[in-house]
Amino acid sequence: MQPFTTHTGNVAPLDRANVDTDQIIPKQFLKRIERTGFGQFLFFDWRFLPDGSPDPAFELNQPIRQGASILLARRNFGCGSSREHAPWALDDYGFRSVIAPTFADIFFNNCFQNGMLPVKLDEADVDELFRRAAAAEAAGHAYRLTVDLQACEVRDDGGFTRSFAVDPFRRHCLLEGLDNIGLSLKHVDKITAWENAHGLSPLQGGAT
Amino acid sequence: MPAPRTLLDKIWDDHLVCSPDGEQPLIYIDRHLVHEVTSAQAFEGLRVAGRRVRRPEATFATPDHNIPTTDRRLPIADPISKQQIDTLRANCREFGVRLFDLGDADQGIVHVIGPELGITQPGMTIVCGDSHTATHGALGALAFGIGTSEVEHVLATQTLRQSKPKSFEVRVEGELHPGVTAKDLVLYLIGRLTTEGGTGYVIEYTGPCIRRLGMEERMTVCNMSIEAGARAGMIAPDQITFDYLRGRDLVPKDFDQAVTRWATLPSDAGARYDRSETFSGGDVVPQVTWGTNPAQVVGVDATVPDPASMADSSDRSSASRALEYMGLQAGTPIAAIPIDRVFIGSCTNSRIEDLRAAASVVRGHSVASRVRAMVVPGSGRVKRQAEAEGLDRVFTAAGFEWREAGCSMCLGMNPDTLAPGERCASTSNRNFEGRQGKGGRTHLVSPAMAAAAAVKGHFTDIRQWRYL
Repeated sequence: MQPFTTHTGNVAPLDRANVDTDQIIPKQFLKRIERTGFGQFLFFDWRFLPDGSPDPAFELNQPIRQGASILLARRNFGCGSSREHAPWALDDYGFRSVIAPTFADIFFNNCFQNGMLPVKLDEADVDELFRRAAAAEAAGHAYRLTVDLQACEVRDDGGFTRSFAVDPFRRHCLLEGLDNIGLSLKHVDKITAWENAHGLSPLQGGAT
Repeated sequence: MPAPRTLLDKIWDDHLVCSPDGEQPLIYIDRHLVHEVTSAQAFEGLRVAGRRVRRPEATFATPDHNIPTTDRRLPIADPISKQQIDTLRANCREFGVRLFDLGDADQGIVHVIGPELGITQPGMTIVCGDSHTATHGALGALAFGIGTSEVEHVLATQTLRQSKPKSFEVRVEGELHPGVTAKDLVLYLIGRLTTEGGTGYVIEYTGPCIRRLGMEERMTVCNMSIEAGARAGMIAPDQITFDYLRGRDLVPKDFDQAVTRWATLPSDAGARYDRSETFSGGDVVPQVTWGTNPAQVVGVDATVPDPASMADSSDRSSASRALEYMGLQAGTPIAAIPIDRVFIGSCTNSRIEDLRAAASVVRGHSVASRVRAMVVPGSGRVKRQAEAEGLDRVFTAAGFEWREAGCSMCLGMNPDTLAPGERCASTSNRNFEGRQGKGGRTHLVSPAMAAAAAVKGHFTDIRQWRYL
């Protein structure tokens, strides 16, 4: 897994609540059997007009937001399905972090599996970030933020600094880019002991 | 004396493998359900790392999301869909996983066949790469959806990294009025809990109204827990649960002994939940969603709400946007909204009792001339049972299409989709923008309400229905 330590990048504000996974990656693109190449389909139904051209009204299509790597959104981001294609698409498009007041549980979890950092900040702080992004864009430049997982803080160069909470184990795995399965298999004796204690038949095992 | 525990506490304690210092706990997973859309990358990960499936006999697969619901003898027309199904087949063969394949008599929506075959049992931990895995909690299991990386983790280790979720008791007093169903109840609850009210929690539904629900109705309630943000919903097992399971294919051989064990699962008197809320079943009327998330819902006797009347600015902007997408005006009576399509199916409402309820409404009537209506049974078994009862003929005589089992138009991954602008009364679980097809407009309702809408061509209060 790609590690996440500290990332500085441009912010793309998406001023919407309840952005669901059907919007992040519509179902017609879930038929692929790869993990990669989903960025071209990110927010597809919002991003493109029926003729296939980019919809100039969609937030992410603003020229000033091209190349953004931090997505700023409203509450309950990533609600809906368990599709990991959602963080795959965000990552492939170029986003390394999503900041919102709240996230849906499964999406939140899926981000950590892919070296992406979802950051929960208070609603008032998210409001402030939206204001700062709007002001920067009005002045003709993209708004830049640093998301620092080592210090557990989000900051800009205009005096905004907020710390955020993150599960210590998840933080450790993300900082180190650890293989979760490999880590869990270190406890295989405990898993076998649990199985034995619960009377499960000896493993038949699948083919490798 | 040990402290009283909730159903969640008991299942959690029993499945805790280890809780190493500085790590998230590992919990054991009893049953892993697999489908074609979220598993290919997980099996590929195993292959690349040279890992095997730790416990193939606890893993069950079926294709459901992406399959046509037309004649099963025909080849799958979409080559990318076909490749995904073929990949599931090859993976199940290679890793020794039991597959209920297309053409298998027991194939169906993964959340329908789990309980139906007795794969789902009280006290178990059950996961699947699908957010509606909460369905299985209706039998007193801890069941929730996971992403593909976690699917790979469970395949390889039969465990999951998981911090213990908080518990949320949703207690429902009283009983439902005639014509009001489990679907109406859960939509009503989501409307009050909001789309994120359950985030971070496992909901346990308790109270007399819940205890009165049949097994399939309980599945409908637990199924939609995720729409309130809760990864899992559960209902303590009781005699209704045990009667439902007895005789099913994959239940324990010594069934009575299992029942004795399962009977110890319900939450102890005095057990503490992290949060509790109480509702009254008698307050629920038939529900219809008007917006683009399941919490945007009102009674069929109400009107489309006015965003301007909403206190919260984010609710206001969401509602305005939703009304624009849905092509609705504030103040329009729900019963005056005309529909183009009807979909009866999905893991929420495609079981035999759902089809019976819909058929009893349709019997002797015809689908309105402007409406195209479709019934998609949840499994091969449900389909055969319905046909044995003559329900298929009730539907087809009225003008409904009668299809093969699958997820179908709930998410529209297969050819069953809405055209832009089409408005659908749907028994499924999500009314997100484009969910049933780009530009499609979904209204979530119960099977009886969907059937009545098919006949009338618009929503109608099922409590006034004239059954023939």
